[in-house]
Amino acid sequence: METKPDINIDRSIGDFHYDVDYEFDAGTGLTEKTIDYICDVKKDPEWIREFRKEALRKFNSMPMPTHWASHDLENIVFDNIRYYLSQGTQPKRSWDDVPEDVKRTFERLGIPEQERKFLAGVEAQFDSEAAYSNIKAAVGEQGVIFVGSTEGLQKHPEIFKKWFGKVIPTGDNKFSALNSAVFSGGSFIYIPPGVKVKHPLQAYFRINAENFGQFERTLIIADEGSEVMYMEGCTAPKFETSTLHSAVVELVALKGAKIQYITVQNWSANVFNLVTKRGLAHEEAEIKWIDCNIGSRLTMKYPGVIMKGRKARGEVISIALAGDGQHQDTGAKMIHAADETTSNIVSKSISLGSGRSTYRGLVQVGRHLKGCKNNTECDALLINTDSRTDTYPAITVRGKENACQHEASVSKISAEQIFYMQQRGITEAAAVSLAVNGFVNDLVQQFPMEYSVELKRLIDLEMEGSVG
Amino acid sequence: MSLKIENLHANIGVREILKGLNLEIPKGQVHAIMGKNGSGKSTLAKVMAGHPDYEVTGGSVSLDGLNLFDMEEPDQRSRAGLFVAFQYPMEIPGVTIANFIRAALQARLPEGEELDAVEYYGELYKKMDALKIDRSFTSRAVNEGFSGGEKKRCEVLQMAMLNPVYAVLDETDSGLDIDALRIVSEGVNAMRSPERGFLVITHYQRLLEYIVPDVVHVMVDGRIVMSGDKTLAHKLEAEGYDWVEKETLTNA
Ligand SMILES: Nc1ncnc2c1ncn2[C@@H]1O[C@H](COP(=O)(O)OP(=O)(O)O)[C@@H](O)[C@H]1O
Ligand SMILES: [Mg+2]
Repeated sequence: METKPDINIDRSIGDFHYDVDYEFDAGTGLTEKTIDYICDVKKDPEWIREFRKEALRKFNSMPMPTHWASHDLENIVFDNIRYYLSQGTQPKRSWDDVPEDVKRTFERLGIPEQERKFLAGVEAQFDSEAAYSNIKAAVGEQGVIFVGSTEGLQKHPEIFKKWFGKVIPTGDNKFSALNSAVFSGGSFIYIPPGVKVKHPLQAYFRINAENFGQFERTLIIADEGSEVMYMEGCTAPKFETSTLHSAVVELVALKGAKIQYITVQNWSANVFNLVTKRGLAHEEAEIKWIDCNIGSRLTMKYPGVIMKGRKARGEVISIALAGDGQHQDTGAKMIHAADETTSNIVSKSISLGSGRSTYRGLVQVGRHLKGCKNNTECDALLINTDSRTDTYPAITVRGKENACQHEASVSKISAEQIFYMQQRGITEAAAVSLAVNGFVNDLVQQFPMEYSVELKRLIDLEMEGSVG
Repeated sequence: MSLKIENLHANIGVREILKGLNLEIPKGQVHAIMGKNGSGKSTLAKVMAGHPDYEVTGGSVSLDGLNLFDMEEPDQRSRAGLFVAFQYPMEIPGVTIANFIRAALQARLPEGEELDAVEYYGELYKKMDALKIDRSFTSRAVNEGFSGGEKKRCEVLQMAMLNPVYAVLDETDSGLDIDALRIVSEGVNAMRSPERGFLVITHYQRLLEYIVPDVVHVMVDGRIVMSGDKTLAHKLEAEGYDWVEKETLTNA
């Protein structure tokens, strides 16, 4: 078993912690009792209790995927983790009603301010439950549902049940099973046919407690011809002990619908971030994942799109920054399951210090299909001599009338380039930042303005802490 | 007030390239260095700028009395007023000219002070126009895919924006056609002032027709072996370098 040294990168934005009194605490460790406790607190219906317990059995029976994944996974001590912590299960509709000790965290992170400026709705999750959840009246009036997963399954069972666990089955992997057993929080979103939500909906996930596991569950259904953009951000204070974040996100884009899902992941360097994200795109529907991973100790995340209907489109745009001691193991899965489906993967990773970035791609096109196209581009930038990158593309294209294009590159910022920039008066650290920002610039442009500025600032901060 | 180089020795690896070089450029003057390929001209420029591959083994360089080698980092020397237009400028993928020059100017401001964007673009466009660089170049990555001449113009643009006290131009004329040469020279001449000194490194007398030097130096094997007025450049062009080497040998 490898143990990692403490990682200390400037992560001042999210690295603070206020003491909070939790009303509900499932204690450490995970047994059937833990699940009963969660179900009782959340007043889950019986089918969910059964679903959870079945998932727990699967989780316990599945091995860690260390035959292909990082052995660092073995450092997760499931018995030391707290699986449910909350101050109550009902999110507040107004910031004024959010308890002071929780509210100040989100204020410090600037969430209420962003909401006022450019968001159609916000959900702010604090440990296991959302403390706040609200959408603008005008958006609600169009029939858009934006609530937490618990409220979704209780109040909209007819839509919820139809899709829940259908895109990502419980046993997809060990961590989707874990999430299915103990899930809490996350968003349930339904966009009615033809409704185009102009401004983004945003969720913010905050881990506040030590030795904690956050397991939100998000399900987004965009009905025919509708459009929605969802953004998620996350932070946690840096603890000595490890924290686990293991989400499951399922997207369903019905005929002609468009979903854009944007993530800016900035967990502290003690967080294991093991997330399963997949979308199901029906005929002429479009699902685009824009995924940016800056934080965490180990991230394993391969957003996917199953293109189930003719002319469906899937896209993954991914930026990963692996700082000293971090491992960003990311990628994409594109499953072409209908004619004339197209997918695009653009992945850029930066490794600095002893950081490691891994790209894993899976592209599948069935033999009987025609007119399918995939384009994959993955570029890696290495900053220091001990920085590391690996690429594992797996492309299976059958059938004659399908096209697949794959390009990969690994580059370094040369000492000559740094010297050139320094000769103009730019410090070494700023020069590296500038080069890194230049490397990802075309992808950062794809983020909404407000996020691209934030992203640039995060990258700069990360570079500052690790060069010179 | 001058850029003063005294008995400068510098190595690359174990090989000595600069072998006791002396040169003084009083502020307000333009000096030219001519010399054969491999005589160490670019080495001099890079050593002054603080290139990490070179080791200074003796001597000193002072910038208006300030010891250049007290400043370890190349960026400190730059901010102290030294500019080098390189013979082979580097490509910086993804970093636009506008962002690059902006970062360089921002680095000169005190902590917490923000460059005025409107003023900056005004200045940038003015200087680009003067150098006949198309404004669309602001969004091109620094030197990436540029022709030789475009790279040299981009170097002069950076110099014009950064307003150095001493500028070293290393073969800025190579790769320029006659029109470009005139434009670039006009750009440099416009910057000549009692507050600034230039060191122009060139192979050809041609450039010195446009940028008329106060003093011409000849470099042979890591040393300045002869200095004179601009007629020396004509003589070098007409007769080559052999006579210099002979003369300095007999003098030695
Ligand atoms: N990176 C290097 N490694 C080894 N030798 C070098 C290197 N760069 C330059 N030189 C040598 O140093 C000498 C001076 O080169 P340079 O300063 O570029 O000359 P000039 O600019 O006058 O043509 C040449 O002999 C050249 O081969
Ligand atoms: Mg040279």
